[in-house]
Amino acid sequence: MSLRIEGLRAGYGEIPVLHDVNLEVREGEVVALLGRNGAGKTTLIKAVMGMVRVFSGSVAYRGRELIHLPLFRRAQLGLGYVPDDRRIFPELTVRENLLVAQRPGRWNLEQIYRLLPRLKEIEHRKGGLLSGGEQQMLTIARTLMTNPQLLLLDEPTEGLAPLVVEEIARLVLELKGEGLPILLAEQNLKFTGQVADRAYVLETGEVRLEGEMEDLLHREEVAALLAL
Amino acid sequence: MDLGFYALQLLTGLAYASTLFLLSVGLSLIFGAMGIVNFAHGSFYMLGAYFLYAFTRGQADGFWGGLLLVLATGFVIGAFVERIFIRRVYARPEEYQILLTYALLLIIEDLVRFFFGTGYRAFPMPQAFAGPLFLLGTPFPSYYLFLIGLAAVSALLLGIFLYRTRLGAWIRAATQDREMLEALGVNVPLLYTVVFGVGIALAALGGAALLPMQAATPGMAVDAVINAFIVVVIGGLASVWGALLGAVLIGLVQALGVLFLPEWAMVFPFALMALTLLLRPWGLLGRPPAVRT
Ligand SMILES: Nc1ncnc2c1ncn2[C@@H]1O[C@H](COP(=O)(O)OP(=O)(O)OP(=O)(O)O)[C@@H](O)[C@H]1O
Ligand SMILES: [Mg+2]
Repeated sequence: MSLRIEGLRAGYGEIPVLHDVNLEVREGEVVALLGRNGAGKTTLIKAVMGMVRVFSGSVAYRGRELIHLPLFRRAQLGLGYVPDDRRIFPELTVRENLLVAQRPGRWNLEQIYRLLPRLKEIEHRKGGLLSGGEQQMLTIARTLMTNPQLLLLDEPTEGLAPLVVEEIARLVLELKGEGLPILLAEQNLKFTGQVADRAYVLETGEVRLEGEMEDLLHREEVAALLAL
Repeated sequence: MDLGFYALQLLTGLAYASTLFLLSVGLSLIFGAMGIVNFAHGSFYMLGAYFLYAFTRGQADGFWGGLLLVLATGFVIGAFVERIFIRRVYARPEEYQILLTYALLLIIEDLVRFFFGTGYRAFPMPQAFAGPLFLLGTPFPSYYLFLIGLAAVSALLLGIFLYRTRLGAWIRAATQDREMLEALGVNVPLLYTVVFGVGIALAALGGAALLPMQAATPGMAVDAVINAFIVVVIGGLASVWGALLGAVLIGLVQALGVLFLPEWAMVFPFALMALTLLLRPWGLLGRPPAVRT
């Protein structure tokens, strides 16, 4: 088991956003977190990293309780967080953005450039000057440089052109092929259907549905919960 | 007034700018990377001067060793203060850091009065700089050149550190998005300790380097921190090169002001700051606050 969340209540200030969430990600599995705007997907991913307030419940990674660990320790243990708003360091070059994240393992600058040649072409460009698609590639690549053992991907396709979405899908499938477990927050059902094995559907901070991705794709409640 | 006289004023201004740079650059670095406004910054500058005096017992022959020792002690004290005090206020509203660093300013001032008394502590000019040099026929203290060289070397080393090392890249990244940097597995709390230590060490070095020219008093901390804020506001918070530019501008404005309008000289730095705030509130080399999307 890569990640096990039990009875999680989390939110901001005094206000819980998530109520009693239970969720699992097994080794090698891509799990989607579906739900419309404001359902609590981002809050859940941030709670795993310890970036929002957790009121109660448990977040265990490979059997180890994370709740009291600082953010950098969670990352060092193998959690790789890719934020929905990308958060590229704007004044650092593409290369520097990658190098600040480097931790020992399979992924290094050379491997990243082989996987995403576009990043090599723009390696001396400042992060703040990239297009949306380039930034999205860089934010994923930067997290890969930490050599994560579990990837937390928050809406990687948001606001991107269909061609770029295809590229992200290829990238995610490649990582999946290497056995990297992924927790993926998404609203794009087509993309999610291409890459995910299982899914949880959130509504107002609670898990309404869970199951195999293939089954969920054809269920009408899912479309309703996503307000499609 | 001949050319040599003007050259001397210029040199005086640059020498003054050099100590201002050492004083201010840490304030800028600390604010940039950590978001802490350190009102006690001038107090560590003052401590540098008193420490040099204490380490050498006021004897000029201990100058070089004393200077290195001040740099090292400055780092240790800065790191210690970050660990024990500053660390507690990151998660709190900004009033707390202002109260805390202001309290440190008061405490350090009283400690200095307690240990060193309220009078002046002067330091003799080190042997190497005893005789004057001549520029276009006008004599000037050779120590000016040392101050300018010290600041230039410090700026160069700091530039290499920030732009050519991994630790430096982390510090720059922290200036842009601390939480994201930590989410990538960088021990940001430890990074803060190092940044605070480096900033304080530079301020202490600046204070110590000025001692042979200007005696130390318990009141110098407040003057120093005001000057440091002026420099940093003009140059741009969070920018090393801004601190350099701000220090040089203030140094020159002071030196020329004394020359042409001596009764107004005190006002010029403030006027320059006011002008900057009106025309470019984020400072000459600072960046306007970014709106994150
Ligand atoms: N910083 C914050 N402070 C207070 N409330 C917040 C904050 N961020 C989000 N919320 C609230 O928490 C709830 C869940 O938001 P969250 O961002 O987790 O949703 P989401 O499923 O990621 O939505 P989206 O698809 O728009 O990204 C929303 O009601 C939102 O208003
Ligand atoms: Mg979200």
